[in-house]
Amino acid sequence: METILFYFFSAFMVLSALMVITVHNPVRAAFFLVLTFFASAVVWLLLEAEFLAVILIIVYVGAVMVLFLFVVMMLDINITELKAGFVKNLPLAIAVALVMFGTIYYVVGGDQFGIEHFATPDRHAADYSNIAELGKLLYTEYVFAFEIAAVILLVGIVAAISLTLRRRPNTRHQKIEDQIAVKSEDRLRVVEVAPHARKGER
Amino acid sequence: MLDLILSIYEIPVINILVKIVAILVPLLLTVAYFTYIERKVIGYMQVRIGPNRVGPRGWLQPIADAMKLMFKEIIFPSGANRVLFIIAPTIAISTALAAWAVVPFGAEMVLADINVALLYILAMTSIGVYGVILAGWSSNSKYAIMSTLRTAAQVVSYEIAMGFALVGVVMAARSLNIGDIVQGQSGSGILGWYMWPLLPLFVIYFVSGVAETNRAPFDVAEGESEIVAGFHVEYSGILFAIFFLAEYANMILISVMAALLFMGGWLSPFADVSFLGLGSSFLAGSSIIWLISKTVIFMFLFLWFRATFPRYRYDQIMRLGWKVFIPITIVWIYVVGIMYYAELAPWFIKG
Amino acid sequence: MKYLTQFFNSLFLAELFKGLGITGRYFFKKKITVQYPEEKTPQSFRFRGLHAQRRYANGEERCIACKLCEAICPALAISIESEEREDGTRRTKSYDIDLTKCIFCGFCEESCPVDSIVETRIFEYHGEEKSDLYMTKEKLLAVGDKYEKQIAADRAEDASYR
Repeated sequence: METILFYFFSAFMVLSALMVITVHNPVRAAFFLVLTFFASAVVWLLLEAEFLAVILIIVYVGAVMVLFLFVVMMLDINITELKAGFVKNLPLAIAVALVMFGTIYYVVGGDQFGIEHFATPDRHAADYSNIAELGKLLYTEYVFAFEIAAVILLVGIVAAISLTLRRRPNTRHQKIEDQIAVKSEDRLRVVEVAPHARKGER
Repeated sequence: MLDLILSIYEIPVINILVKIVAILVPLLLTVAYFTYIERKVIGYMQVRIGPNRVGPRGWLQPIADAMKLMFKEIIFPSGANRVLFIIAPTIAISTALAAWAVVPFGAEMVLADINVALLYILAMTSIGVYGVILAGWSSNSKYAIMSTLRTAAQVVSYEIAMGFALVGVVMAARSLNIGDIVQGQSGSGILGWYMWPLLPLFVIYFVSGVAETNRAPFDVAEGESEIVAGFHVEYSGILFAIFFLAEYANMILISVMAALLFMGGWLSPFADVSFLGLGSSFLAGSSIIWLISKTVIFMFLFLWFRATFPRYRYDQIMRLGWKVFIPITIVWIYVVGIMYYAELAPWFIKG
Repeated sequence: MKYLTQFFNSLFLAELFKGLGITGRYFFKKKITVQYPEEKTPQSFRFRGLHAQRRYANGEERCIACKLCEAICPALAISIESEEREDGTRRTKSYDIDLTKCIFCGFCEESCPVDSIVETRIFEYHGEEKSDLYMTKEKLLAVGDKYEKQIAADRAEDASYR
């Protein structure tokens, strides 16, 4: 049963990953990427990595891909222009692809990660929580790497903000703080006007 | 005969199906009558009386609405992507309902008792936004796409604040399992609830929940006065009804989660309060009635907000999410850490 | 100091709670909805509803085809054709009001020197097709004949203000 599920979702993942790069419409490609993430989350679930699977869905499907789609929908991409020179660049592309495949195969292929190097992991009981295990490892053995990753992310945030934040002197900004602070007394003046009689009346 | 039924019930698939039906049928009924109550409550707050024509006091109004929507024609806009046009509401409703799988209704009353329940619910609500995005994009309509862009940015922003608010709860309970979180609040009645030490997180959680479900005052996704009806302008008939169902199911989910995580779920507010002398009477015992009544409070708040507050301007929504909520949650997570080390009773006693 | 109070007010959502308080109070107020078909709001004698043409007591139609109403009608809803009747008086051949154009401003009524065209209190009328809402002279006179009592009473009540 589990093997069937594994092969089903792996095939699903590979197929949708293929669709990402072959489909014409960029928005659809993004949607297929979402499907790919889904399938890989399921594969992780089969590996008892439920925490990582759910995080994958929250972070990549729920946040990153939403922003991706946001950008892709705003762009006006000319597909024919992008496809120009396909045949001309094909040999180079194939060469690059082969080199990439070779290196990836060398690093994570059967020679390094085969069944003879890593035995099939033990199955855990249903109440086994890998969140606690993950936490223990992250905050003890790998705390240094973890902190470095955090610092790199922080630097990334600061860099992104400082790159986009520029003060142009002559633009008009809304100062939301001031807008919120406005009270009715600041804007509205109630004036008492004495009634006066019209001509001919009393 | 009874034995036969019981033996059929023992088959795992049947057992789970029965449980799913037992959750979904009351849920969908609640959704139907929630729409009725909403119209009534908002009517009352506007010194009107709301629907009162269909059936006695308008009780049959939701059924009439559902019938009308079911028999209406589904119109596909020209140039729409038909497949995605139908998939969009399906995603919306399936994520809204799937999240209920891990919601416990009592100490043992839960369909799927999983360790990552809280994250699972976050994941489901964050997938739910794809319903909106797909609907807006596949409709081939300007208003719909505007709404999609608004929703995408809004939901992603408020998810962060909501996630941080939940981090506080997880720190207090030291578990992602919702049942454990509720148990962590037991021991001293109403004072034991996490809403007291985590009050800012509690408020932020609920307000982010309102934003996440695109309800007033954060309903820029719908924005009737600006973009007609947002992502579901082009939807009619049953497909529109499904979006409606999903929105209300999500509202109820947010309410239930607020009740479970911050207000002690099914625990009685009078439990273990010795001077009341309730002992182990019905009022002090935990029961689903407590959970339901706490949920109803939050559901009412949703309606109360809608009747009270005007819609936020879009940039102010973003400001509130990023510049107010996220900093407050981060500060309070530090405060929770301090409280944790101080072993502040009755919430942070190390077990 | 002002800044501080404002900061804490917004931090503790003071104004939002004020707003919630108001709607909360209104929740329990007495409802003032009028249950329309069964209950109706009182009408003024100046109510401007469906048009009618009046007659004198002897059965002679009032309208003298002066076309003042046609001239003043801001929505151009009135169209009149006049002719000389056999007895030598000036009368309308046709007098049509298109209710789909009419904005019920009441100018026609104001302008009429003989109180012929009036607006009645009737507002619950409908047409199954557009031509039903095209009031011809016959229809207008029929309305006038049917509700003459009410129309006359309303004019009498309004007379002291004119």
